[in-house]
Amino acid sequence: MKLFGYKPPLTAWLGLAIIGIFIFVAIFADVIAPYGEAESVGQTWDDPSFANWLGTDNIGRDLLSRLIYGARMTIGVALVTTILSFFIGITTGFTAAVGGPVIDQFLSRLVDVMLSIPLLIFALIILSVFGSSITTLVLTLAILDSTRVFRLARAVATNLAVMEYVEAARLRGEGLWWIMRREILPNALPPMISEFGLRFCFNFLFVASLSFLGLGIQPPFADWGGMVRDNGKAISFGIPAPLWPALAIAIMTVGVNLVVDWILSINSRPSGASAEM
Amino acid sequence: MLKTIAIRIALGFLTLWAVSILIFGATEILPGDVASAVLGQGATPETLAVFRHELGLDRPAYVRYLEWFFNALHGDLGIAMTNKRVIVETIAPRLSNTLFLAGYAALIAVPTSVVFGVAAAINEGKFVDRFVNIVSLMTISVPEFFIAYVLILYLAVQFEIFPSLSTVFPEMDFSEKIFIAALPAFTLTMLVMAHMLRMTRTSVLSIMSQPYVEMAFLKGLTRAQVIIRHALPNAAAPIISVIALNLAYLIVGVVVIEVVFVYPGIGQFMVDGVSKRDLPVVQACGLIFAGAFVGLNTVADVLAIMVNPRLRHPL
Amino acid sequence: MIATNKTILKLTDLRVEALSGTVLVDNVSLELKRGEVVGLIGESGAGKSTIGLASMVYARAGCRITGGKVEIDGEDIRLLDADGRRDRRGQRIAYIAQSAAASFNPAHRLMDQVIEMPVSHGLMTISEAKAWALELFRALDLPNPDTFGDRYPHQVSGGQLQRAMAAMAMSCRPDILVLDEPTTALDVTTQIEVLTLLKKLIRDYNMAALYITHDLAVVAQVSDRIMVLRHGKMVELGETAQILQAPKMDYTRALVAERKAADKLAVVSASNQAQPVIEAHNVVGIYGTFTAVKDVSISVARGETVAVVGESGSGKSSLARLIVGLLPRRAGEVKLHGEMLSADLKGRTRDELRKVQLIYQQPDVALNPRQTVGEIIGRPIEFYFNRSPENVKARVNKLLRLVGLPEDYAGRLSTALSGGQKQRVCIARALAAEPDVIICDEPTSALDQLVAEDILKLLKSLQDNLGVGYLFITHDLGIVRRIAHRTAVMLKGEIIAQGPTAKIFSPPFHPYTEQLLSSVPEMRTDWLDDVLAKRVLKSA
Repeated sequence: MKLFGYKPPLTAWLGLAIIGIFIFVAIFADVIAPYGEAESVGQTWDDPSFANWLGTDNIGRDLLSRLIYGARMTIGVALVTTILSFFIGITTGFTAAVGGPVIDQFLSRLVDVMLSIPLLIFALIILSVFGSSITTLVLTLAILDSTRVFRLARAVATNLAVMEYVEAARLRGEGLWWIMRREILPNALPPMISEFGLRFCFNFLFVASLSFLGLGIQPPFADWGGMVRDNGKAISFGIPAPLWPALAIAIMTVGVNLVVDWILSINSRPSGASAEM
Repeated sequence: MLKTIAIRIALGFLTLWAVSILIFGATEILPGDVASAVLGQGATPETLAVFRHELGLDRPAYVRYLEWFFNALHGDLGIAMTNKRVIVETIAPRLSNTLFLAGYAALIAVPTSVVFGVAAAINEGKFVDRFVNIVSLMTISVPEFFIAYVLILYLAVQFEIFPSLSTVFPEMDFSEKIFIAALPAFTLTMLVMAHMLRMTRTSVLSIMSQPYVEMAFLKGLTRAQVIIRHALPNAAAPIISVIALNLAYLIVGVVVIEVVFVYPGIGQFMVDGVSKRDLPVVQACGLIFAGAFVGLNTVADVLAIMVNPRLRHPL
Repeated sequence: MIATNKTILKLTDLRVEALSGTVLVDNVSLELKRGEVVGLIGESGAGKSTIGLASMVYARAGCRITGGKVEIDGEDIRLLDADGRRDRRGQRIAYIAQSAAASFNPAHRLMDQVIEMPVSHGLMTISEAKAWALELFRALDLPNPDTFGDRYPHQVSGGQLQRAMAAMAMSCRPDILVLDEPTTALDVTTQIEVLTLLKKLIRDYNMAALYITHDLAVVAQVSDRIMVLRHGKMVELGETAQILQAPKMDYTRALVAERKAADKLAVVSASNQAQPVIEAHNVVGIYGTFTAVKDVSISVARGETVAVVGESGSGKSSLARLIVGLLPRRAGEVKLHGEMLSADLKGRTRDELRKVQLIYQQPDVALNPRQTVGEIIGRPIEFYFNRSPENVKARVNKLLRLVGLPEDYAGRLSTALSGGQKQRVCIARALAAEPDVIICDEPTSALDQLVAEDILKLLKSLQDNLGVGYLFITHDLGIVRRIAHRTAVMLKGEIIAQGPTAKIFSPPFHPYTEQLLSSVPEMRTDWLDDVLAKRVLKSA
């Protein structure tokens, strides 16, 4: 079977299936989940049973239902963050690449400085000032993450901007906007798509980590990082409650990574190491 | 070459200064100010004014920045808002704990991942490579606390080899610390190892596709000779930057790991500061983390300059 | 020449395939005797480099040798194990690559790389190998041979590096040399030195050699026999003189005829010097601190071709970029129809931009890979003339016919086209603007010989029909002689000679022009010896 003219390997199909299922679950959480998001149905850390397949959490809520609702929150926040980050990063990156040396220097140096503070640390500083609401969380992460996107977008666009077909367009007298949209963007897309997957994974793990630290998505919303935090103590009693949400995070990221690996491999060729000896 | 290095180091300091402005500035962009944020909506204008004066917030931002910056240069990071303790005194032992943990992890992670990364690159497409690739992809995809909890579940709860909480005290001797901090160190190791290994593999592979490597094969050298004599000397610079990048990543990973294992380091202190919205603490910790990060990158760049034959032997 | 006449290398039914299944070398057989040089010639994709590497039983990543025998001294080295094959490489058969700059490891001194082979094969001790290397450095005329080896690859020039690679290949005293386009990356004046030394080396040490190149005239100087290859198959194999004078196959005949045409001075009717369309007066162009164009004046009239010729780094491309406004002009003036043009692109009107078009050297990067041919050619029509979509389409079709492409190509992506077809699209794009003058920056040097020939013919006929003027930038004197009405010779940013082509190419020459002219290999086997004899006479 082919996809966009390429034949994905088994691993890529697996990744696509994982992403598909998780997104389906996230969208139809209301329908699928056996219990409500904040509904208390049992005691603290009940064992898995026919009624509660994965058992209950620290305050007696059904873990499976929380997990299903958590998909919506965790994936949703990461996705919105990544989309926003790409919008900001690509716009500024392309502007820096074709907008002349002054704009480029200003944006590049600003991003250099922002990149010399570890992302998590920067996010912690800003969250300590603004507190964590979902809006601040998404905005903060998107702006910080867009510095990475900026780097790539600028590099890709700079490489493309010196291409002779772009020069030909400039010689023709075309405007900046037209050149960015028609000559650069279509050629910049393939590397940006795999980057989107990677950035999504990164943001996804990042949101989960922040929630785990208690600084991300706040209760009563279910989210996977927060669920790990809530149920962390169970592990000392040998109860695997925090492992389920952590596992869900892991599976989702593996799925996206498998697809990204496939996309990256399409354009890469074998290196000299595999040459016949 | 010395000039290039000097410029790079100067740039490092410049970056650090810019970073300090950014950190300070980030805490100033709040509409209203810290005092109203901390005291909440119930505060009367009078209590606000008193609190502002107490924090020095009634003075202009640049004055407070300069004061904070120069004090920081002298090693004075201010006083915590919540418990009024001198921050440096709290941070110093915690910083040494964090450095201990990070160093512990780095000592295991760096040699292992460089060796395995090179091995995977050399055997591109073969079993070793595929195996290493899949395992490292899995590890990268997993959140740090997942590894931590799995390790706790098996090594601490089921088999009771290591303790699940890693609260170290200054009185403990070295071997005891090593034992207590084993689980957080292992978790960190796995975390950065996967990244470092994959990136090492990629940089060695990009060298392997150079024409001079083909030439070395055509000279009739063995695979091992080609790699050791021709590929590795040129892979040094990219591998150095890979290591630096991942050590920086380790610094960040420390934050979450310390919280999981209740390890008394600077990361845990910072998270604590953030949830209590204790700005001086957050600023101080942020500055230390960013400083370490900038420092690592500078060292890596200087090393990369030193191994570059073009810069070592100019015309 | 010592005629031992013993076969040293024998390839039998050699077959190389890409992993995707494409056949790169299709049942090629070849015998090479001691003391003999066989030239492998063909256009890109002919499989000549693949054969060269396969004779060392080496296949690049993504390819494998699927059949045939590779015998050295009667021993099939394809049947040996990895250690055995490795043992033959370097020791019996050595390789000289096209790009010496990329083939030397930047991390090691030249000497260490030159002696690596004999030492690791256990043939010589380090000091023996060094002594032999010094002898080779001397034989190859390298400057300061005693200290040359202490340098790093980035510290020596391209021509010297190429010679150092020859020394490296000779370090084990191999029986066979595989030379893969060893002079292609060099300027003509450097090429002649390297060529002479390689020839001497092969003769002095009585080696057998496979000489791979795309240039018939070059291979004619060094080889005893020539094998012509196309699409991985052998077209013809014969004595050098026979191939040059009496080729048997049509393809060889076409190659020879094209290459010979370059030697002749075509009768280009001097144009009636009308009012110049574009003229540059005393222009100066600077890259950073480097003055690429110094005080240059040049003009092109309607229907006229003016060639600017020079070696790499002579500033000829910079001149082109300066005229179109890509390289800022520091002094002087550029006029279009007598009107001053702004130094900067942004200061020029749309109509001014329209009248001067540019054609690039690399058609691959001059066309947006994500646009169809129709979009690429249609855009200037839309942009400059504001035509309706149907109108644009009709015009695109007309232009496609004009440059000799089928109309249905309008719907194709440019990536689906061959190099020559892409260059035709570039020409159509330039013509779409209905320009008065087209600046051609080496438009044929990235193309195979026969394709380049067709492009030149197309440019000529377009000029005859449309009256467009060309400013033709090139390093190839053969092209200049055939198409240019007037010629300017550039050296280090200055024009050192300018005038009607016939006059530039007949005595009295400017000394540099003469050196350039005499360095272009000619299609006879004794050319190199002749040139050297003349040069010796002169310096004597």
